[in-house]
Amino acid sequence: MSIVLEHVTYTYSPDTAYEIHALKDVNLEIKDGQFIGLIGHTGSGKSTLVQHLNGLVKATSGHIYFNGEDIYAPGYDMRKLRSKVGLVFQYPEHQLFEVDVLSDVCFGPKNQGLSQEEAQKRAREALRMVGLSEEYEKQSPFELSGGQKRRVAIAGVLAMEPEVLILDEPTAGLDPRGRDEILDEISYLHKERGITVILVSHSMEDVAKYVERIIVMNQGEVLHDGAPREVFRHYKELESVGLAAPQVTYIMHTLKERGFDADEDATTIEEAKETILEAFRKKGKKI
Amino acid sequence: MIRDITLGQYYPAESILHRLDPRVKLTGTVAFLVGLFLIKGWPGYVAATIFLFIMIRISKVPFRFIVRGLKTIFIILLITLVFNLFLTPGDRILVQIWKLRITDKGLYTAVFMAVRLIYLIIGSSLMTLTTTPNDLTDGLETLLSPLKKIHVPVHEISMMMSIALRFIPILLEETDKIMKAQMARGADFEHGNLIQRAKNLVPLLVPLFISAFRRANDLAMAMEARCYRGGEGRTKMKPLIYARRDYFAYGILVLFLAVIIALRILL
Amino acid sequence: MIKADKLVYNYRKYDEEGREKETIRAVDGVSFDVQKGDFIAVLGHNGSGKSTLAKHINALLTPSEGTLWVNGMDTSDEDHLWDVRQSAGMVFQNPDNQIIGTIVEEDVGFGPENMGIPTNEIWERVEESLKAVNMLKYRHHSPNRLSGGQKQRVAIAGVVAMHPKCIVLDEPTAMLDPNGRKEVIRAVRALNQVEDITVILITHYMEEVIYANKVLVMDDGKVVMQGTPREIFSQVDTLKSYRLDVPQATLLAWELKKAGLDLPDGILTREELVEALCRLY
Repeated sequence: MSIVLEHVTYTYSPDTAYEIHALKDVNLEIKDGQFIGLIGHTGSGKSTLVQHLNGLVKATSGHIYFNGEDIYAPGYDMRKLRSKVGLVFQYPEHQLFEVDVLSDVCFGPKNQGLSQEEAQKRAREALRMVGLSEEYEKQSPFELSGGQKRRVAIAGVLAMEPEVLILDEPTAGLDPRGRDEILDEISYLHKERGITVILVSHSMEDVAKYVERIIVMNQGEVLHDGAPREVFRHYKELESVGLAAPQVTYIMHTLKERGFDADEDATTIEEAKETILEAFRKKGKKI
Repeated sequence: MIRDITLGQYYPAESILHRLDPRVKLTGTVAFLVGLFLIKGWPGYVAATIFLFIMIRISKVPFRFIVRGLKTIFIILLITLVFNLFLTPGDRILVQIWKLRITDKGLYTAVFMAVRLIYLIIGSSLMTLTTTPNDLTDGLETLLSPLKKIHVPVHEISMMMSIALRFIPILLEETDKIMKAQMARGADFEHGNLIQRAKNLVPLLVPLFISAFRRANDLAMAMEARCYRGGEGRTKMKPLIYARRDYFAYGILVLFLAVIIALRILL
Repeated sequence: MIKADKLVYNYRKYDEEGREKETIRAVDGVSFDVQKGDFIAVLGHNGSGKSTLAKHINALLTPSEGTLWVNGMDTSDEDHLWDVRQSAGMVFQNPDNQIIGTIVEEDVGFGPENMGIPTNEIWERVEESLKAVNMLKYRHHSPNRLSGGQKQRVAIAGVVAMHPKCIVLDEPTAMLDPNGRKEVIRAVRALNQVEDITVILITHYMEEVIYANKVLVMDDGKVVMQGTPREIFSQVDTLKSYRLDVPQATLLAWELKKAGLDLPDGILTREELVEALCRLY
């Protein structure tokens, strides 16, 4: 169970003056149950890449295999693929359209051909997963707060019970607490349900805190692919392509240069705290 | 990439025609159209052909862009041609196929009508090809400003037009995005009969309208915050001022019309 | 420069039949004082009333109770409406929805046109404003082709061209990527330092707050904390209770301090943290 990309290339308006190579020979394997962070600056090809994974955009050349099947093979059921690979777009609340929250979340399951009852059951479950209680079901989605709307929209994709969940900057425009809440819920889903999650994000701090693997895109190519500690070790290179590392990475590297006997690859506050305290302990301080 | 589409069909180039005041080009187009309808007989058409040919040459717009506008009216052109060809009564019958006959007068009218139609389209395309939509709006606003006296909201209309020019590409991109988002939720915009398809559009149209209203609301607020209060007391960053070439162009227009009228009277 | 005295703003919610359902107090008894040349940051979670407050400064909203003076003018006074709007410019969150012109320079000229500035002067103002936000070379571009950060800088130039005394920015970076955020904040700081324009910046990003000389924290329509960034960020627990965050360096320092390291309060930048740690090591 995985998604495999082989030599995937995508070109906008080929053979014209506006020709743009959005993806260049991308090879990736996304294994079942991983929590992946996809980073890259605006225009690096990360949004185009995720739209390939559920067949919304078709590669100019190359192959994509979902659970071993070529998704470009004739007769392949794209709509089925889209229900297995759920994609939550940026500002997903802009796609809400139904009169009440429950019906909106039912839209996906109904398109899958489920009965009204079954669809509602799935919708309720999905709403619980994103932390919205029963009282919201009959409300108009347009009267909710920004964070709540976003949850309804995410529930709309979750209700299709995807095996892979892709979120394109799910926290854009939310306040700090809203950001943490949404990310915690996604992390919970990953742990409890074993869903594969791909998180597209601009926040290195968020990525460092939650994911186990980072894919860095630059100019349509995969620049780095590995665990956060490994990827952020290349923070100077990341900077040269317009990205950055978490604040903690910079602090740790400067501390190391200044003679601290600490792990400079720590990327989260927790890790940094432990290794700094450890460094002090090694010097005989009692902490 | 939808944002890259140009509205209208402006062809960027450096030519005298491009630099002319939009008011001159607007009046010029109207004058040319009026001229076309005043023509009687082939000498007039020769004059119009020469005039149009010169204009196309100095516009520096490639010929294929100019004739592209003709594609859209091809059917109308064909119908006009056929009707005039077969249904005009005349003295001499040139060809007769079953009950349909082509007379000398029919042939004559058909050809001239077709030429007139083609020139009409080419003439107006030439204006839109050499004038940016912005300039066009500005020119219309100034030309129509006398209508303000009879309470036609000329400024408001032109402001609406320029805002539309700015937002249509954005809304097109938004349509694309919402469509993809709903497709990711299993929506189907391609299959089914007409009624089903119309029904399937609801998940696209509702968010689109909501977004358009939100944008309109935001924009109104942003305009107010920047002291917008209608056309009164407003100055212009790029006021339309006639240059010498514009007066010269007006002169040529008068000359063209004079030739056409002279040919009509004399022949 | 700007003074608010017990400002209250109520808005009414109506039910489907148009009857009044409830009154919501979005701003509740806010008083503050802004001096010329200040850089004020306003923090608060979504729905805390900070945007409503911002719209008062530009007289897009007028207080239900209390008074707000901008440059000595009462914003409720209809006679001064346009003067208020000219002295306190406003930049909004969504870059697409506040650019009116189809060409960058025409958009920047929109404000001065509305104010009835003579043509020659509009051109001068447009040029200097675009220069101030480092966007002069894009003057002939269509806004649709610019990045988010560039669009926001055009929007800022559009306000600067009106020669305001103060600029209110309502979450100008919320929809931008990290690079766009940096560009915008750099432009705003330059305006504040070089042109001495008073800045009121509303934001969610704690890193943007450290440049301010005063921070207001809002919650439930009230100003609940006021002080320098250092004073505000020393109170990590209180900030968290208002659904807010602190910069990462501050958070790490706070965690280390809790664990027993003798670090000073209110560390803001990573340089400060490194220095403080090295002194202890």
